[in-house]
Amino acid sequence: MRGHCGLFFESYRAEAAVFPSRFQRVSLGLFAAALLLCPLALSGYAMSVLNLILIAVIGAVSLNLLTGVCGQISLGHGAFIGVGAYAAAQASLHGAPFLAALLLGGLAAALAGMVFGVPSLRLKGIYLAIATLAAQLILEYVFLHWESVTGGSRGLLVNAPRIFGYAFDSEHKQFYLLFAITSLCLLCVTNVLRSRHGRAFVSIRDFYLSAEIAGVNLFATKLAAFGLSSFLAGVAGGLWAHYTMFVSAEQFNIGLSVSYLAMIIIGGLGSVTGSVMGAAFMTLLPEFLNAGSSALSGVLPGIGGQIVALREGVFGLVLVLFLIFEPEGLANRWRLIKAYWKLYPFAH
Amino acid sequence: MEYYLQLFINGLVVGGIYSLVALGFVVIYKATKVVNFAQGEMVMVGAYVCFGLTVQLSIPFVWAFLMTLGFSVLLGLAVERMALRPLIGEAHICVIMVTIGLSSVLKSLVQLVWGTQIKVYPEVLPSTPVVVAGLPVAPVYIAAFALSGLLFAVFTLFFKYSRMGIAMRATAHDQQAAQSMGIGIRGIFALSWCIASVVSTVGGVILGNINGINSHLGVLGLKVFPAVILGGLDSLLGAALGGLIIGVLENICDGLAKDLFGLGGFREVAAFVVLVAILMVRPYGLFGTEEIERV
Repeated sequence: MRGHCGLFFESYRAEAAVFPSRFQRVSLGLFAAALLLCPLALSGYAMSVLNLILIAVIGAVSLNLLTGVCGQISLGHGAFIGVGAYAAAQASLHGAPFLAALLLGGLAAALAGMVFGVPSLRLKGIYLAIATLAAQLILEYVFLHWESVTGGSRGLLVNAPRIFGYAFDSEHKQFYLLFAITSLCLLCVTNVLRSRHGRAFVSIRDFYLSAEIAGVNLFATKLAAFGLSSFLAGVAGGLWAHYTMFVSAEQFNIGLSVSYLAMIIIGGLGSVTGSVMGAAFMTLLPEFLNAGSSALSGVLPGIGGQIVALREGVFGLVLVLFLIFEPEGLANRWRLIKAYWKLYPFAH
Repeated sequence: MEYYLQLFINGLVVGGIYSLVALGFVVIYKATKVVNFAQGEMVMVGAYVCFGLTVQLSIPFVWAFLMTLGFSVLLGLAVERMALRPLIGEAHICVIMVTIGLSSVLKSLVQLVWGTQIKVYPEVLPSTPVVVAGLPVAPVYIAAFALSGLLFAVFTLFFKYSRMGIAMRATAHDQQAAQSMGIGIRGIFALSWCIASVVSTVGGVILGNINGINSHLGVLGLKVFPAVILGGLDSLLGAALGGLIIGVLENICDGLAKDLFGLGGFREVAAFVVLVAILMVRPYGLFGTEEIERV
C-alpha cells in the first residue's frame, strides 16, 4: 500500500523493483525525455560535452561495480578501457560491424581484467591497489610498444560508427547512439546489483570471511566482478575509440584511472546514481575551468599557458576537499537535499 | 661485460635514491598505515625549492640545503594536519585517493611556480670522474650513495635507540597499547610525515644534482612501490635493500631487453613485472611482517 508520507511494500518483489515508486518512474522518464530533446536545442560543442559525459558514465559505473560495490580497489581501470578501445578499433578496422566490434572490445577487456584480477584472491586492500597499478603500467607499456596491433605512438585511426548502413557521423547523431548504450549499461548494472550476484559482491566488500562462511565463492565472485567491470570498461573504450575516431597510448594513462576513481568517490561509492553524477561532475569541471580561465585571461594575462597545471591542481584540490568534507559523495548530498524538501515547511 | 658493470653501478646510484624515497614511504606506513602516493611529488617539491633558493635567490648551496630541509619539515606537518588527520580511520581507498589528490596539487603548484622546463642545478661537486673498479664514476654519484648510506644508518640508530624512535615503533606495533602507555599518537603521526618529507627532499636534491629536475620527477614515487613491496612494506632494511635491488634490476633488465629483443624503454616496466611476481609469491616481501589471519 502506498501511503501519503512514505513508501510501504507488501512483497519483496515490490521492494526490489528497479524503480519502486511512481514518482521516480515519472521523474526519470521526464529527465530522459529532456535529454533526448537536447540535440534540438544545443550546439555541437555542448553536444560533445554531453557525449563525453555519457561515455564517462559507463566507465564510472563499471569501476563503481568493482570498487564501490565489491570493494576491490583498481588503479588499472584506464588501461582496461584502453584494451577495449584497441580491440574494438582493430575489430572494426578488420571489417567487423560496429556492434560486434564493441562486443569484442568488451570481451578483450574482460579477459585482461580477469587475468589481472587473479591476484585478488590472495591480495587485499592496498596490496591489490598496488598490483592493479602494476597492471596499468605494464599495459601502458604494451600499448606503446606492440606496434603491429596498437600502432605504437602513432595510434590508430577509426571510422565513425555505422549500424546497418546508417552512419553516426555527427555529434547529434552519436548522442542518440551513446544515450541508448549508456542507458542499457546502467540498467544492466542496476539489475546485477539487485540480483544474487550483486548481493554476493556487497557481502565480500563488507567482510570477506562472513561472505565465505555464508557460502559465497570468494574467488569466482571476485573474478566475476573483475570480468563484468572490465567488460563494461571495454565497451566504454570501444565507444570512445569510435567517438573520437582515434586511439593512442597516452589517452589511457594512469591519469585516466585516477580520474575514474575520483568520479566514483565524488559521486558516491557503490551507487549507480552517484556514478552518473560523478562522471558528469568530473567531465564538466575542466570545461568550466577552460571557460573560467578564458574569462580571466583579460584580467590575468598568461593564465592560458598555465591551464594544464591549473586543471590538475583544481582536480587534486576538489578530490581532497570532497574526501574531507563530503566523503559520502554527491549521491548522498542529493538524498539529503531531497529529504529536506520532502516535508519542507514542517521539517522536524 | 663492461657495459653491464656500468649498468650495475648506475643501478646502484639510482637504487640509492629509490631507497631514500622508499625509506620515507616505509616510515609513514609503519607509523600510520597510510600508503603515500604523493612521495614522488614530495621529492619533486624539495628539489625545486632547493633549486629556487640556490639559483634564483643565489643563496650558497649549504644554507639553501638547510633551509630546504626546514621547509620540508613544515610541508610534512601541513600535509599531515590538513589532509591526513581528518581521514584517520577511513577506508583504504579514501586514504589512497587523498594522497593521490595531494600529489596532483603539489605537482601543479610546482608547475605554476617553476614551469615545465628542465632545470639544471649549479655544480656543487667537481665534475672530474673518479675511477672505481676500473670504471669512471662521477663524484656526485659517490656522494649520493654515501649520503643515502649515512641517512640509513642514522635512521636505523634512531629507531633502535632514541626515545622518540622507540615510541614510533610502539605506535606502529599497536596504537592503543602505545596510547595507554602515554605516547602521543598525533605527535608520532606528525613526526613520521616530517621524517618522510625530509628524507624525500634529500633524495630530490641529490637527484637534481645528478640529472637536473623537471616536473615529471614525481613519477619516481611510483617506482617506490616495487622497492617497498620487495623489501616488505614495514621494514627499513627492506626499503634500503629493495631500492638498491630494484635500481640494479631495472638497469640490467633494460640492457638485456635492448640487447636480446631490441626493446626500448623496458626500464619503465621491468620493476613492475618483478612487482607482480613478488605479489604472487611472497606479498609481505623479504623482511616484512607476515599477516596471519585466523578465523
